[in-house]
Parts: sequence; structure tokens; C-alpha cells
Amino acid sequence: MENKNLLEVSHLKQYFPVRQGFHRIPLKAVDDVSFTIKPGETLGLVGESGCGKTTVGRTLLRLYQPTGGRIVFDGEVLFDSGEQYDDNGKLITDGEGRPVMGTRIDVDMLPYRKQMQMVFQDPYSSLNPRMTVEDIIGEPLDVHKLYSSKKERREKILSLMETVGLNAEHAMRYAHEFSGGQRQRIGIARALAVNPKFIVCDEPVSALDVSIQAQVVNMFEELQEKLGVAYLFIAHDLLVVHHISDRIAVMYLGKVVEIADADELNANPMHPYTLSLLSAVPIPDPETARKSNRIVLEGDVPSPLRMPSGCPFRTRCRYATEQCAMEMPPLSDRGNGHFTACWNK
Amino acid sequence: MQEENLKKRQFLSAQVDLSKFNRSHFEAATEDEKRQQDVMGESTTFLKDGMRRLRKNPLAMASIIVLLLIVLTIIVAPSFVPYSYSEIISVNGKRDKSAANLGPFEYSKAEQRYMKSTGEKLFPHILGTDSLSRDYFIRVIYGTRVSLSVGVVAAIMVLIIGLVYGSVAGYFGGRVDLIMMRIVDIIYSLPDMLIIILLSVVFNERLKPLIDKTILRVLGTNMISMFLVFGLLYWVSMARLIRGQILSIKNNEYVLAAKCIGTKNGRILRRHILPNCLSVIIITTALQVPSAIFTESYLSFLGLGVSAPLTSLGSLANDARAGMQSYPLRLVVPAVIICLIVLALNLLGDGLRDAFDSKLN
Ligand SMILES: Nc1ncnc2c1ncn2[C@@H]1O[C@H](COP(=O)(O)OP(=O)(O)OP(=O)(O)O)[C@@H](O)[C@H]1O
Ligand code: SF4
Ligand SMILES: [Mg+2]
Repeated sequence: MENKNLLEVSHLKQYFPVRQGFHRIPLKAVDDVSFTIKPGETLGLVGESGCGKTTVGRTLLRLYQPTGGRIVFDGEVLFDSGEQYDDNGKLITDGEGRPVMGTRIDVDMLPYRKQMQMVFQDPYSSLNPRMTVEDIIGEPLDVHKLYSSKKERREKILSLMETVGLNAEHAMRYAHEFSGGQRQRIGIARALAVNPKFIVCDEPVSALDVSIQAQVVNMFEELQEKLGVAYLFIAHDLLVVHHISDRIAVMYLGKVVEIADADELNANPMHPYTLSLLSAVPIPDPETARKSNRIVLEGDVPSPLRMPSGCPFRTRCRYATEQCAMEMPPLSDRGNGHFTACWNK
Repeated sequence: MQEENLKKRQFLSAQVDLSKFNRSHFEAATEDEKRQQDVMGESTTFLKDGMRRLRKNPLAMASIIVLLLIVLTIIVAPSFVPYSYSEIISVNGKRDKSAANLGPFEYSKAEQRYMKSTGEKLFPHILGTDSLSRDYFIRVIYGTRVSLSVGVVAAIMVLIIGLVYGSVAGYFGGRVDLIMMRIVDIIYSLPDMLIIILLSVVFNERLKPLIDKTILRVLGTNMISMFLVFGLLYWVSMARLIRGQILSIKNNEYVLAAKCIGTKNGRILRRHILPNCLSVIIITTALQVPSAIFTESYLSFLGLGVSAPLTSLGSLANDARAGMQSYPLRLVVPAVIICLIVLALNLLGDGLRDAFDSKLN
């Protein structure tokens, strides 16, 4: 029981075709990402803006058609592109370098929409301005026919509003009349309406006022305790993620570069990118801040259209060697459930 | 010493002078006061808000009044004017040939004789009569009816075709969109007046045998071909506009959220996308009416409009051309009504746009 995974994502790829002049080249927004999430667990996903966090969340919920990979939810394969990998995570190819394809699986997602949900990044554009709160929260109930009478629908909506701390008197209001924090609560109530086992929380607090962020994060924690729901909690703020997550995955340019238990990652970061992220966390005490030797990242994130060869981080890495330019380091086990993709650390 | 400094702050400084306050000024808020912080502004719906703004626009309100007056007149007038738009005026059951080309409120010789002999007062010819002794006022009324209904029907046709085509192209995007929009581009690039004239001529020839035995005969081939032309050509700008709207709206996260819930495509279009471009749709449809009226008048003026004895504002103006020097009123009246309708609808469309198209905030 303990070892059963709720969600298994392996070798997930999402390439967007981008037109450049007359050519169409793939933008590798997510490239070979694998992770697992256990029931009731929170996996934090951090990384700079544009590294593909949102795309991971949306692709695994099948809001985008994955370019490749395999998604298994609750023991059922939702998607499998058919590519096969050996034990070292290498793509199995035939003599001419073409991948050996197994069977392709692509199920109808409708029944799974009741079990996997999403809370969106932008509380302003994620609610339809022409709908009342009641209709927004009621839509999942309508779609999956989760009530037998108008009265039951209304009761369910009101109790959901109460769960997320909204005033039930505001059910008939339009979304545009609410503040950012309240809107995010509406979005959470909508996700909870189908009673899911798993929610992707896509930077649910980064658009909010600092004073409200803590309230909303705490609410996520309370909901998890009460409902036993698992989260993929996306953020670019390590503090928030460390607070809420059981495990943390660090992403850089479409790849997961390090994944470990939250405390382990904090105490013993290995990947050079994680080190720089951790040292970018503001330290409240100026005395300690001066003593700590911060690693300041140089240069910009390379465009995902022109990925560096080998390790994606090598253009900004202090420890880069020749090997880093040759080959992408595999995500290797460093014990304690700690995985890092780096040749030199 | 320090306190001295605190008190002598710069007199323009916005800093609160704390020395003037003590604990008693800062009492805790009562539960009631706290609740007041929670109260939100008056709930206004999109429609209420827009109507309020529309009512404040004098030009739009004047246009509404003008349009209402015109519509009321063309509905009510035929029931109390005792003349027919298609028949020569008759006195006592006899055709009155002398009633041709009367001026406003004039009576023909036969009518004057009749009134003298019976003492009965005949209904005046408000705008006189035309060269075929028909009451001109009632002809203008019927012409306006025809022109307005052509405008409204054409706008509805354009709306339906454009809405379906544009929504499909915009919502599905990709290759579907590419092909559908190239077709639109081709139609768009045709010189529309030329095509309308050519098509009208061709349809007139072809349609006659087809509709001869049906009720459509009343409308006449010209009218039907006109509708076909509108249906074939004029929807493209509507389709483009709706596609553009949908493309921008479907990028909103609430559409993605609906997909994530499991909402089907049709429902997403109906519940999430179309309501959010409704204002643009209504406004463009409103602006389509005058454009159709204008085209109809133009075609009628060229002799391709409705068939006699039915008339429209454009064909009335065309008929009046012959006697322009002697009877200028017959040209001026339909021309002025066309201008009034087109202007009022355009102003109303602009007013609607200002009232409803402003982004919600
Ligand atoms: N639909 C799309 N079409 C093309 N490119 C896309 C699309 N969605 C995302 N991208 C690109 O993929 C990359 C990853 O985007 P993504 O939104 O996943 O980043 P993110 O980590 O969520 O960033 P942020 O913290 O700003 O939300 C970006 O370079 C982005 O431009
Ligand atoms: S693999 Fe090389 S370039 Fe990449 S993080 Fe490690 S040391 Fe740096
Ligand atoms: Mg994002």
C-alpha cells in the first residue's frame, strides 16, 4: 500500500511547433520528465519562469496532447506514446536510430477528469467574467451530473464555498467582483467540486498579495489533511514550496535536474542549479546574509529553441567540464531518495 | 530631546504627527465594523451596466427614438391610409387618371368633385401621387418596410453564417482554420459590387422558372437573388471578426479550466466563448443592417432591386429620377429616409459598442 503510486509520469515530452521563418522547429518546453506522486503526497515543482512547469502540469492532465511519454494514474495508463526505454532510461532504437515503438495508448479522459483537477496560475483569467460563482463552481457538477436535484446542486455549491472560506451569500455574484485571493478560492472550489484525488496547483499564490499568500497556502494544507488529496504544487518560490511539499523536483529548461525530499534538498542540495536557487532565497537577517557566500547566477536562461548540447545548465554552470557539453547527465540515485542529474556533483 | 525633534516635523510632511494621538484614538474595530469591510460593491451585471452607459449617450438614444418612430409608422400607417401602394387611386370605384403627379395634400379634379357632391372628406395624399396616380405616402411606407426587412433579414443571415463559420475556424484552429480562412480571403478579395451585380443578373435569369409556382414569387426574383448575394458574400467580414474574437478568448485560462473539468467542445463554445464575444456580435450585426439597406438601395437604383409593383426606398428614388426637375420631393423623401435609417443605425451601433465593448474591470 505504502509503495503504490497515485501518479507515474515517465519520459514526458511536450514539444510545441514554432514557426521561424519558413521552418517549423520544435520548442522543447518539457523534455523527458519523470516523477511519481503517492496518494496524499505533495510534490513541489520549482524552477525559473519559462522552464516548463505549467506545461508539465497541463500535459499530464492531457490539456495538451503529449509529444511523448507515459502517464499512469491510479494503476491505469492514460497515455503511452509507445516509445520504449531500457533500464538506464535510454530510448531503445533500431539500427537506423529510429525508436522501437510499442503499442500506443490514448484513453478518453472524461472519467479521469473527476479524479485529476487543476488550480490555475492567474486568478483573473481563470474565471469566466460572465458567469456567477454558483455557475462556475457548479459547472463540474453539471458536466459529470453529480446531483439529482437543483436543491442538491445548490447545497453542494454552498458547502464547497464554505470549505474554501467564501461567504455563501456571494454565490450569485460575478467573478469580476471578487479580489484576487477570493477568486483563487473560487478556482479551488471548482477544482474540489468533483472530489479529486489529485490536484495540479499551478503557482496558485504567486499572483496574490504577500499577506494573502500565507492564508491560501495554509488552506491548501488544511484541505489536504481533510480530503487526503495529492498535489503537484508548482511555484518559483522555494520557501513556499519547501513549506508545503513532501518532496521537491527542480526543473531547468524543460528537464528535471534534481528531485529529493523537501528537507533533504534543503539540507543537502547537490545540483549546481539548486544551489544557486537556494542561495537566491532572501535571508531575513543581514548579518547571516553577509556571511553566507551567495552564488549569483550569471548570464540568461538560453532560449528553449536553442538548447545547449549535453547538460542544459552548462552555459551558466561553474563546474562545467567537457563531458557536460557532450552528453546529458542522467538523473542518478544518490541515496535517501535523492536524485540529481549532474556529472560533477 | 528626541521628542522635541519628533514634534517639529516639516509642516508640509505627510507623516502623521503621532504626538497628537494617544491610545484612546485607536480602539479596536467592533464586529459590525469588521463586517462592513467585507461588504462588496453593488452587484451589477454586464447587461445592466451596459444599458446604463447606453442611456447616457444622447446620440444613441436619439437614434433609438428615430428608429422606433420609423418602425411604428410603417407598422401603423397602412391601417389608416385607405390607399394601396400598388393600385391607381379610384374615386367611387372608378379609376382616377387625373390624379397623377399631385403635390402634397392636393386633391385631383375627380376627388374634388366627389367631395363636393357628397360632402365627405377624403384622406389627403400626404406626399402627393406619382406619375401612375398612386398615393406616394403609402408607397414610401411600403418601400421603407421592404428596405428595413431586407436589412434585418440580410443582417441575420450574415450573422448566422458568419457565426457558425467563424466559430468553427477560430475554435478548432490549426489546419481547419488555415483552409477556412483562405476561402474567406478569396471571397473577400472579390470586388463585391461587381459580383453582386453579376450574380443578381445571373440569378434573375435562373431563378424565375424555379420560384414561379411558389409563394416566393411575391418577393420577386430580384429580392431573392439579393438575399442569396448577401448570404454568399457579406458573411466573410463577420466570420473573420468572430474568428478573431474566439482566437483571443480561447487563450484565456477559463477555457482551459473548462476543458480540465471535462466540458465538451459545444458547451465550451456556448457557455464560455460566445457570451464573451456577444457584445461584438451584437454591435457588428447592428452595423450590418444599414450596410445591407444601402446595398439594396444601390441595386434597386440600378434597376436590380425588388420587382414592381413592390417597391423599396432605392427603387422609389430610381423612379423619381425621371421627373427630378418637376417633382424633386419624390427623390428627396426616400433619400432622406435612407439617410435617417442608415445614420441612426450606425450611431446606435457605435453607441452599443461604447456601452458594451469596454473591457470589464
Ligand atoms: N501553447 C504554447 N505554444 C508554444 N509555446 C509554448 C506554449 N506554452 C508554453 N510555451 C513555451 O514553453 C515554455 C515553457 O512555458 P511554461 O508556461 O510551461 O513555463 P513556466 O515554467 O510555467 O513559467 P512561469 O513561471 O512564467 O509560469 C516557454 O518558453 C513558453 O514560451
Ligand atoms: S552536468 Fe556539468 S554543466 Fe550540468 S550542472 Fe553538472 S557540472 Fe554543471
Ligand atoms: Mg507557469
